[in-house]
Amino acid sequence: MTIGIGGWGSRRKPMALVRAILRSPLKNLTVVSYAGPDVGLLVASGQAKRVVTGFASLDSIALEPHFRRARQNGTVELTELDEGMLHWGLLAAAHRLPFLPIRAGLGSGVLEVNPELRTVRSPYGDPFGLGEELVAVPALKLDAALVHLNRADAAGNAQYLGPDPYFDDLFCLAAERAYVSAEQIVPRLDGPPQSLLLNRAMVHGVAETPNGAHFTSCVPDYPRDEAFQARYAKAAADPAAWGMFSNTYLAGGEAEYQEAIRA
Amino acid sequence: MTGEATRAEVCVAACAEAWRGDGAILASPMGLIPSLGARLARLTFEPGLLLTDGEAYLVDAAGEIEGWMPYREVFTMLAAGRRHVMMGAAQIDRHGNQNISAIGDWKRPKAQLLGVRGAPGNTVNHPVSYWVPRHSPRVLVPRVDMVSGVGYDRGARELRVVVTNLAVLDFETPDRVMRLRSVHPGVEAAEVVAATGFPLDVPGEVPVTRAPTAAELGLIRDRLDPMGARERELA
Repeated sequence: MTIGIGGWGSRRKPMALVRAILRSPLKNLTVVSYAGPDVGLLVASGQAKRVVTGFASLDSIALEPHFRRARQNGTVELTELDEGMLHWGLLAAAHRLPFLPIRAGLGSGVLEVNPELRTVRSPYGDPFGLGEELVAVPALKLDAALVHLNRADAAGNAQYLGPDPYFDDLFCLAAERAYVSAEQIVPRLDGPPQSLLLNRAMVHGVAETPNGAHFTSCVPDYPRDEAFQARYAKAAADPAAWGMFSNTYLAGGEAEYQEAIRA
Repeated sequence: MTGEATRAEVCVAACAEAWRGDGAILASPMGLIPSLGARLARLTFEPGLLLTDGEAYLVDAAGEIEGWMPYREVFTMLAAGRRHVMMGAAQIDRHGNQNISAIGDWKRPKAQLLGVRGAPGNTVNHPVSYWVPRHSPRVLVPRVDMVSGVGYDRGARELRVVVTNLAVLDFETPDRVMRLRSVHPGVEAAEVVAATGFPLDVPGEVPVTRAPTAAELGLIRDRLDPMGARERELA
């Protein structure tokens, strides 16, 4: 199964939904993401077989430690794309196109490590009189998308209140089924209409998960929990410490997680 | 604080110079010294530059919001060619191929790094410069392990300069291979050659990188980086 996860790095990730996957029997997942600790946790649990991304980072900590270790141990497969290619692949899937052309990737190692990628020639003339060669980014079709927004209503209309929508709308449109978690489910959304990123036609399920992006940022509701993220990264560097961390925070349900992080 | 410019301050001014003449384009510096350089350029000779707060806002010289630049708009500016990024490099070769993805065999790397990020797209769409805080044969290598940003031999649009802790390098040679453009004050050309893992094009007369002006030093020290964090990036 291919799942797409919204947000960016360690920003506005649907972590409560990721934690729900950790408690589920799902496995052999292909995860498409601008990767942060969402990918880290699914790699650590062994549930992510393949990651499709341009980077894996915790922002304030440059490298995602679980992803790094799994790559070095050869325990996760990677489709490494330029981050603009990832955007274009989601847009192609959202528009039901087989591919979209882009310059990104030409000449780079991305085409060498992904031999399935093809180029196309523009059918139109360019200033040099030849059809320009472009990378044909294949549609990144998703079985499911998971995104976390600040507010939603019960029908699945949803709103971001922070500065960046990231690509959450495209993840939803690229997916067969899209699931939104939100800090609050409200009877009526208000605020600038431009902040109403998702409409109910794009969304198949909605869940209220207060503090559900923790430990990633979900501004303006809360910033990244830097102290907790540092603890996560430190534990991830050592299998024994990771076992303790998992037992403390990830063994129970979401309510137990939220209680444990307040302790 | 008074007196001569430190090496870090020379590097800030050299990074600022990378954006000279760019006008109203998005300047995307990665790393502290490139960020100080971009802000210095904006405050002095390149007032048209667009700068972000590191997230989704465009901010003016005083840090006040002047516009919106979420990632999707960054990708559009990038594809439009209206951007000049200064990236880091774990490895870079004489053609300007850069690696930020992984060290060793990509299939199972010795060290997984960040990933290619937007480097492939940046380098074929708009001007790119590089910042190398530790100039060494481990960074300036004969061949990179995974081409993230492409070099001139692979179709780079424009590689402007490579600013290091020792020198400024560029590609202004007939075959667009890396050339020593200037050495920082107190650095010998031979030192730069020895710290470079490929044959470096060295002109007969090597200029010295300009020191920051008194006005620039004042801005760096009093306004942009009063805590002196720039010195740690070279430590």
